[in-house]
Amino acid sequence: MSRLENVFKDRNHKALIAFLTSGYPSIEATLEIVPVLVEHGCDIIELGIPFSDPLADGVTLQNASYSALKAGITPGKCIKIAADIRKRVDTPIVFLTYYNPVLAMGLQKFCRESAAAGVDGLLIPDLPVNEAEEIDEIAVKEGLDIVYMIAPNSPDYRIEMIADKTRGFIYMVSLTGVTGARDSLPSDLEQFVERVKLKTNKPLCVGFGISTEKQATRVGRVADGVIIGSRLVQLLNEPDNHELLTWIDGIRKGLDTI
Amino acid sequence: MKIPDAFGHFGQYGGQFVPETLIPALSELNMAYAEACADKDFWVELEGLLQNYAGRPTPLYHARRLSSLSGAATILLKREDLAHTGAHKINNALGQALLVKKMGKKRVVAETGAGQHGVAAATVCALLNLKCVVYMGEEDIKRQAPNVFRMKLLGAEVRSVTSGSRTLKEAISEAIRDWITNVHDTYYLIGSVVGPHPYPMIVRDFQSIIGRETRAQIMATYKKLPDYIVACVGGGSNAIGIFYPFLDDTSVKMIGVEAGGEGLDKDKHAASLTKGKVGVLHGSKSYLLQDSNGQIMDTSSISAGLDYPGVGPEHAYLKDTGRVTYTTATDKQALEGFMLLSRTEGIIPALEPAHAIFYATEFARDLPGDKIIVVNLSGRGDKDLDTVYKMAGLE
Repeated sequence: MSRLENVFKDRNHKALIAFLTSGYPSIEATLEIVPVLVEHGCDIIELGIPFSDPLADGVTLQNASYSALKAGITPGKCIKIAADIRKRVDTPIVFLTYYNPVLAMGLQKFCRESAAAGVDGLLIPDLPVNEAEEIDEIAVKEGLDIVYMIAPNSPDYRIEMIADKTRGFIYMVSLTGVTGARDSLPSDLEQFVERVKLKTNKPLCVGFGISTEKQATRVGRVADGVIIGSRLVQLLNEPDNHELLTWIDGIRKGLDTI
Repeated sequence: MKIPDAFGHFGQYGGQFVPETLIPALSELNMAYAEACADKDFWVELEGLLQNYAGRPTPLYHARRLSSLSGAATILLKREDLAHTGAHKINNALGQALLVKKMGKKRVVAETGAGQHGVAAATVCALLNLKCVVYMGEEDIKRQAPNVFRMKLLGAEVRSVTSGSRTLKEAISEAIRDWITNVHDTYYLIGSVVGPHPYPMIVRDFQSIIGRETRAQIMATYKKLPDYIVACVGGGSNAIGIFYPFLDDTSVKMIGVEAGGEGLDKDKHAASLTKGKVGVLHGSKSYLLQDSNGQIMDTSSISAGLDYPGVGPEHAYLKDTGRVTYTTATDKQALEGFMLLSRTEGIIPALEPAHAIFYATEFARDLPGDKIIVVNLSGRGDKDLDTVYKMAGLE
């Protein structure tokens, strides 16, 4: 059982997955905040590798990516950051990156070095399952789980294909759109999750647009995990993390009382 | 071998590198296009519009003064600048708009660099009563102001994109984000042979009317195929449009001219095929201008329409197979081509094909008199008057 699969061993425990852009607002900030997030109940850490053209991201994560790149963050540095984090915590780490930086480093080298750094999985939003054959083969050999995404408009045959290929969990995109905090989630989110459950037993985690305790609890009632990103990255800019941790504690509590 | 294959691959290039949300939309488009291909009425309607609305066929014009100033060979211009809206972009916009109608979508998003595709998209949306939103980089809005006015007059909403280099690359990213968000009722009317499959194939097919007409016209008048075809390449739609129907004619040599900007040595250019490396951007694999970490580089060109770090996947394939040769012309050379054509022929070209004009006239100097060069004059220069006035010091 991979470290990622292990998170979902007890299906009554709802996983909290925290996304942050590596090296934003600084490398030190990333290294310091991750163990704190783990202490406050995050089960998986998603580390974003910044890319110049993040076309699935809304303004918050675009800006974080842009600012990390300006500060000189590279895929190589992200791998070092992950290795440093691995020394501090045992929590599963998933890299989220667009495909081009991976291609530029070389699929083999990227997968090997990520795995050696203690990274457990990869999530590549612009690499649908039908284009992923090559990296999938390499990732399996290197012991990395590739997590694939399902969208609300995915037809059944895609859901089956993706559920078959994904390892660790399935990333369910809550809405048709880009990342970013939203006031409300789609009204038919529960039906979407139920539709996917008919096709697979793999753990289902829902992300995009989730920024409040209420939204997270609603998702946790039907899914196995909740992914939070844009709001978290916004709160990283507060000086003492007080607001961030109060917010995380609220979400964790909400998920634990389901 | 049929290119692209069923998955949109041109050799190792092309494909569908997009978020999962767009996969159903691409399948829907693929099916609608396959249906259209088998539907005679679709093509009759399109041909009718191309003829009676867009003014096709466009002339194949013998530029006598330009030719004689450039040596002994004959230079012919395929006059896409005379098509409705002033560029070849209308060919593709009309074709895709008929697909939109067929698919029953009501809202169209488009990106534009020079504004020529934005104008073409706004035009066909006015014609077919579709809501049209055009994304355009803030920088391009400044340097192509006349086209912004035209789009607004035609009823389109022009949204300024202020991220990154504020040019075509960011405009495409924003259009894709809009499409991801509104995918249930929105069609992405892409303007070049870029993006995920089936776009590079569809845009090529709609633009290949340029090459088919050229073939018929040159055979009628000169009773032979051209020896050379020269076209500018940004995303590459006008070039593929004129090249494609001649790809199997091995006697016809083809040259694509990329934007050399301020010079290839300065990293201030947009020569993706000449200086780029293979990568993935905006849905397909092709040559890209990128740094060693896979970050996409900012580009530079006097012509907004060529100012893009990627290029259509079929061009990447044609470069690797050697079927087409790709070269560059700098900003200064393009300006020279612009002035030369204006003053020898009384034709003011867009800055994009001015790159091809310059290259063709230089290349023609060493050719014997029996050779024929066709240059695709992909658009007219009205939109560029401000830029040229400033650059040439005519103010």
